[in-house]
Amino acid sequence: MKKWLFSFWVVLIAAFSLVPFLWFVLTSWKSPAEITAIPPRLVPSFHWGFYRSALEQYGLLGYIRNSAIVAATATCVSIAIGSLAAYALTRFHSAWLKFYLLVLLCISMVPQIAIAGPVWRILNSLDWLNTYQGIVAAYISLSLPLAIWILTTFFKELPYEIEEAALVDGCTRFQALRKIVFPLAAPGIFTASILVFIFAWNEFFFALIVLTNPSLQTLPVGIALFPGEYTMPWGEIAAASTMATLPLIVLTLFFQRRIIRGLSAGAVKG
Amino acid sequence: MKNRAAFWYILPSFFFVAVFSLYPIFSSLRLSFYRLILTLPWLGQKFVGLENYRDLATDPVALHSLAITLIFVGVTSCLEVALGLGMALVLNESFRGRGVLRAVVLVPWAIPTVVSSQMWRFIFNDRYGLFNFLLFGERTSLYLAPLADRVLAPLAIVVGDVWKTSSFAALIILAGLQTIPDELYEAAAIDGATAWQKFRHLTLPLIKPALLLALLFRTIDAFKVFDLVFVMTQGGPADATNVLQFYGYKKTFAEGMIGYGSAISVGVFCFSLALALIYIRMLGARILEKGAAR
Repeated sequence: MKKWLFSFWVVLIAAFSLVPFLWFVLTSWKSPAEITAIPPRLVPSFHWGFYRSALEQYGLLGYIRNSAIVAATATCVSIAIGSLAAYALTRFHSAWLKFYLLVLLCISMVPQIAIAGPVWRILNSLDWLNTYQGIVAAYISLSLPLAIWILTTFFKELPYEIEEAALVDGCTRFQALRKIVFPLAAPGIFTASILVFIFAWNEFFFALIVLTNPSLQTLPVGIALFPGEYTMPWGEIAAASTMATLPLIVLTLFFQRRIIRGLSAGAVKG
Repeated sequence: MKNRAAFWYILPSFFFVAVFSLYPIFSSLRLSFYRLILTLPWLGQKFVGLENYRDLATDPVALHSLAITLIFVGVTSCLEVALGLGMALVLNESFRGRGVLRAVVLVPWAIPTVVSSQMWRFIFNDRYGLFNFLLFGERTSLYLAPLADRVLAPLAIVVGDVWKTSSFAALIILAGLQTIPDELYEAAAIDGATAWQKFRHLTLPLIKPALLLALLFRTIDAFKVFDLVFVMTQGGPADATNVLQFYGYKKTFAEGMIGYGSAISVGVFCFSLALALIYIRMLGARILEKGAAR
């Protein structure tokens, strides 16, 4: 392929991926007059007012805190429980275990609405609507298929000999898991954690139905339901969106290789 | 003995999956045979057999919603695989900055869907959106309101979905491309094949499984579209973007029609189960050996 033509495609792909969001980020640095200006101003005046009002008037810090608590807790529990399951799925062999893996796969493909009503009723009867534990419990079960599939692929690659030697030396299975498998599989566990965290940070459907109290809502709900009766507060929405996305972009840029590996290895949807 | 130990390792995960995924599926199935409307509590919970399904089959809004969803799924997954193939072909070459481009391509995937939905809603704004400016410049009298237009609104949703998820298709296809040994291309070059012939007769047949896999994944995922519709159009205008997940959500949570909403849930579940079974069938035994899509 001709060199300039190839460079053209590279630039086109980069622009396609970045320009729309970059436009939104630039919007967050505009002044109110610049947002509605025709023709639009390409370079904003780097006005931080929208960040201040998003944080102070719209309580963005609360949403960030809720998202961080919910996503972090769900990730830890889901990965802990998921590693146990993935360990059993790779070290024991039976038809039931294979069937379980297929059930998990099917569940991960089911649209949320197929289970949302009953999940709401369960959480309601536990009095867990509008609580952290309610949404975290839902996220644990929703992310388990993803976590288990990714962890299974990583656990499978570990050499069994070291573990076997430990077992022969009188280690119990659980000790072998804790002292040998976990440290060896650390990169895989880390990859699965990133993907589960991103899932929990971005999830909207269940957060919308479980968390109706604004002081407990997560970032996606806050951003989707941004109050604006007559005119949309676009500057604040752009500022909030930028802040909500920043941690994910940092994660993606740093751990790009791991994420790609996790996605194409686990290949349950991300 | 061994299997009994396995049971204890599986149990915690199975508990969550059973309570929050398996039980709800059966519960939806059961409730779909009842009439239960939260806004009319005095009607109680009455067994009505297949009535909800009969209503569903004759509900013009539901049928329209099904049609819209299927069109959306078909259009987006094909576009995403086509764009994904293009991206994957570029990413598969070795050039300076390839790692950076790979990370850049992942950015739309990492952005919360709610955020990208607000972003597109702003770009498609009727008064100061970038879309209108690019089309009409400063002639503001010509500006369109895409999200309030029955034809343009579904297209706007398609744009939002394609932008966000093409890179996922690209990654699956890229994994397929990387399995093709260089010797094949060298042999083809010796035989005097042109770039197009190499692509048509070598690359394309060899990555066909990866293409199908990407298509299937995108189909399954596009079927779940909700966030984009919720933020950008709320199903409007005039139900033009009222996809199944949104319709089910509205019936169940906004209107409290639990029985009818459950019938929608069961319908959606059957569709997705069929897709999941196709996926498992396609990968066959490989799925359990390799653990996934490669």
